[in-house]
Amino acid sequence: MSKLRVVHYINQFFANIGGEEKADYQPELREGVVGPGMAFNQNFGEEAEIVATVICGDSYFNENVDSATATVLDMIKSQKPDLVICGPAFNAGRYGVACGTVAAAVKKEGIPVITGMYKENPGADMFKKEVYIISTKNSAAGMRDAVSKMAPLALKVAKGEAIGASAEEGYLPNGIRKNFFEKKRGSERAVEMLVKKLNDKEFVTEYEMPSFDRVAPGEAIKDMSKAKIALVTSGGIVPKGNPDHIESSSASKYGQYDIEGVTDLTAETYETAHGGYDPVYANEDADRVLPVDIITEMIKEGKIGSLHKYYYATVGNGTAVANAKRFATEIGQKLVDDHVDAVILTST
Amino acid sequence: MKLELGIIPINDIQFGAESKVENGTIYVNADELKALILEDETLKSVELDIARPGESVRIMPVKDVIEPRVKVNGEGAMFPGMISKVAPVGSGRTNVLRGSAVVTTGKIVGFQEGIIDMTGEGSKYTPFSKLNNLVVICEPVDGLAKHAHEKAVRMAGLKAADYIGKLAKDIEAKEVETYETVSVKEGIEKWPNLPRVAYVLMLQSQGLMHDTYVYGVDAKQSLSTIIMPTEIMDGAIVSGNCVSACDKNTTYHHLNNPVIKDLFAQHGKTLNFVGVIITNENVYLADKMRSSDWSAKLCEWLGLDGAIVSQEGFGNPDTDLIMNCKKIEGKGVKTVIITDEYAGRDGASQSLADADAAANAVVTGGNANEVIHLPKMDKVIGYPEVADIIAGGFDGSLQADGSIVAELQVITGATNEMGFNPLSAR
Repeated sequence: MSKLRVVHYINQFFANIGGEEKADYQPELREGVVGPGMAFNQNFGEEAEIVATVICGDSYFNENVDSATATVLDMIKSQKPDLVICGPAFNAGRYGVACGTVAAAVKKEGIPVITGMYKENPGADMFKKEVYIISTKNSAAGMRDAVSKMAPLALKVAKGEAIGASAEEGYLPNGIRKNFFEKKRGSERAVEMLVKKLNDKEFVTEYEMPSFDRVAPGEAIKDMSKAKIALVTSGGIVPKGNPDHIESSSASKYGQYDIEGVTDLTAETYETAHGGYDPVYANEDADRVLPVDIITEMIKEGKIGSLHKYYYATVGNGTAVANAKRFATEIGQKLVDDHVDAVILTST
Repeated sequence: MKLELGIIPINDIQFGAESKVENGTIYVNADELKALILEDETLKSVELDIARPGESVRIMPVKDVIEPRVKVNGEGAMFPGMISKVAPVGSGRTNVLRGSAVVTTGKIVGFQEGIIDMTGEGSKYTPFSKLNNLVVICEPVDGLAKHAHEKAVRMAGLKAADYIGKLAKDIEAKEVETYETVSVKEGIEKWPNLPRVAYVLMLQSQGLMHDTYVYGVDAKQSLSTIIMPTEIMDGAIVSGNCVSACDKNTTYHHLNNPVIKDLFAQHGKTLNFVGVIITNENVYLADKMRSSDWSAKLCEWLGLDGAIVSQEGFGNPDTDLIMNCKKIEGKGVKTVIITDEYAGRDGASQSLADADAAANAVVTGGNANEVIHLPKMDKVIGYPEVADIIAGGFDGSLQADGSIVAELQVITGATNEMGFNPLSAR
């Protein structure tokens, strides 16, 4: 098998052209290996080889992002690479941004690519969700370490192999959670983490707390006696038999059910598909979760205008936020299209 | 309080004319054990089977897993308040049939029951694939209500484990592990310079298939309280739940609580393991607030420096977890929390249903939504068709060839939040 063709992107400093005074160096394509590419080639062994190196000054790149990206990308594509490596950039900010920008552009072309930089490099936060960025030390003294992590991951990416968790492969966490087996069990890791925390030593959490969305409440309905109300639930109330096979956990869908003329949900007609709570009482009387009976009474008493003919239901049990958002967007649009004034959303 | 665990390694289980433990093998007189379990009039039938490590066997839907143990001396008997009289256990000597378990299965009660594969991909994720399992298959009488059905199977498992455990009362242990918790005063005098650490053990208590029992008390009807770690080793806490199979704490997990074991390993060295606080995970907001207020108050009163908080289940209990963490940290007690994740099948969604900046030290048991492929097994003990409806399964999970494609959730114990496994995620 022939070696994979690799193109390497580096800046003027690592190309030995010069430091800050040469940072305005314009993009150049050179055949073969330049600077740190040697270390990559050694690490690739028989599997891959750097066929060309693209060099660009950091200031030039950042001051002319669009045109520099286009030029660099053309140079890279001219070599028909199987794989592109950018950097590593360590803690050099403009170099990091350039590596990330080039890598993201290369990836859009469908060419396998990775880069590497220090976690505090501004390029890291900008691009870690778009491309694999190997976490490196903060200076070029960490080159050997960086190459030893970048080369194996690069080959995996180029060959389309399964990529392990960030902690295994050494890339910066990119928001995609992946399972893997640690060497120690969780309880032992917890005790070790606590002892470090108690002694004010550095520890690394296995899950960073996210920041949550907040939804501002809508405006109050002034006259409920004229309002058209819809019922939506994440409590899993479905027609008996669960016709849409909504999952008991991790729902991938929601159901739209016609309740025109229905005034009461009974054990014979409705049930819950939800696997996350005691279903006995909801199965006995599903109005406990989806209050059709009370709404019917309130309509009769003139307190509420009308009930929308459809209700929407899913199972809110381990359901991914991405799915929940999608359901809400679709259901919301349907309710708006049907001129519903307000929604009673019941959870469990 | 001091307890010795006499470890008796078990390498095999076989059916035989006489129930006994001999040379590392458990022999079971099936008729005798079946008759004992069938004393419960709510059960229509009981069958027994054996599943050994490496065999091409799938057990599903699994309800509980229980390690057989027996009190050799000391007050009380196994599973006090459940199948033996209420008496304070946790001291003296208890024999443990290490390497064996009783696994209960039978017609599904709810959605929350799981799968144990004894070989193949699935076996890597469940600790119970490494055990010699006596499988108790219980079927309820016709028309039995769900709550009564769950109870009947729960009690059957405990009775079977107790029956097996008692066979080892006079067997000489191969090794002895000793665990001791001293009084608060003695601990302070003995280790004046070590940080004081407790374990806050959250017990699932949301209702049917989501309950836990402490000395026979339904945990949802109890306030946060203190228990000795060795009491838990003697069966003071029993699982009545299957939450989702992957992050339910089976009775086996309680008996072998890894946080307790690993805190004892550091006890007197890097920390002073003061004891265990148990708190529940009820569905009402007022209960959540009260219970977490209470556990934080106990942490403060014990003069703790640190606490490990373990969760059971996911979603709704994420709120209890974060409340506990935030309030305990608010008392100046440093915490590490153990949880698992529901980040979606693609791993791209938020993992927990609640969050707080105070939760800056988290250990994770992995993403339960990750999809796995379980190959066909030569033998299935139980009901393979429930693969489509158990939590983590979906329409079409059970493939035509007998293999199963489902979320990791379906595997009993896969993402355990006591930190029982090496599985994690990043």
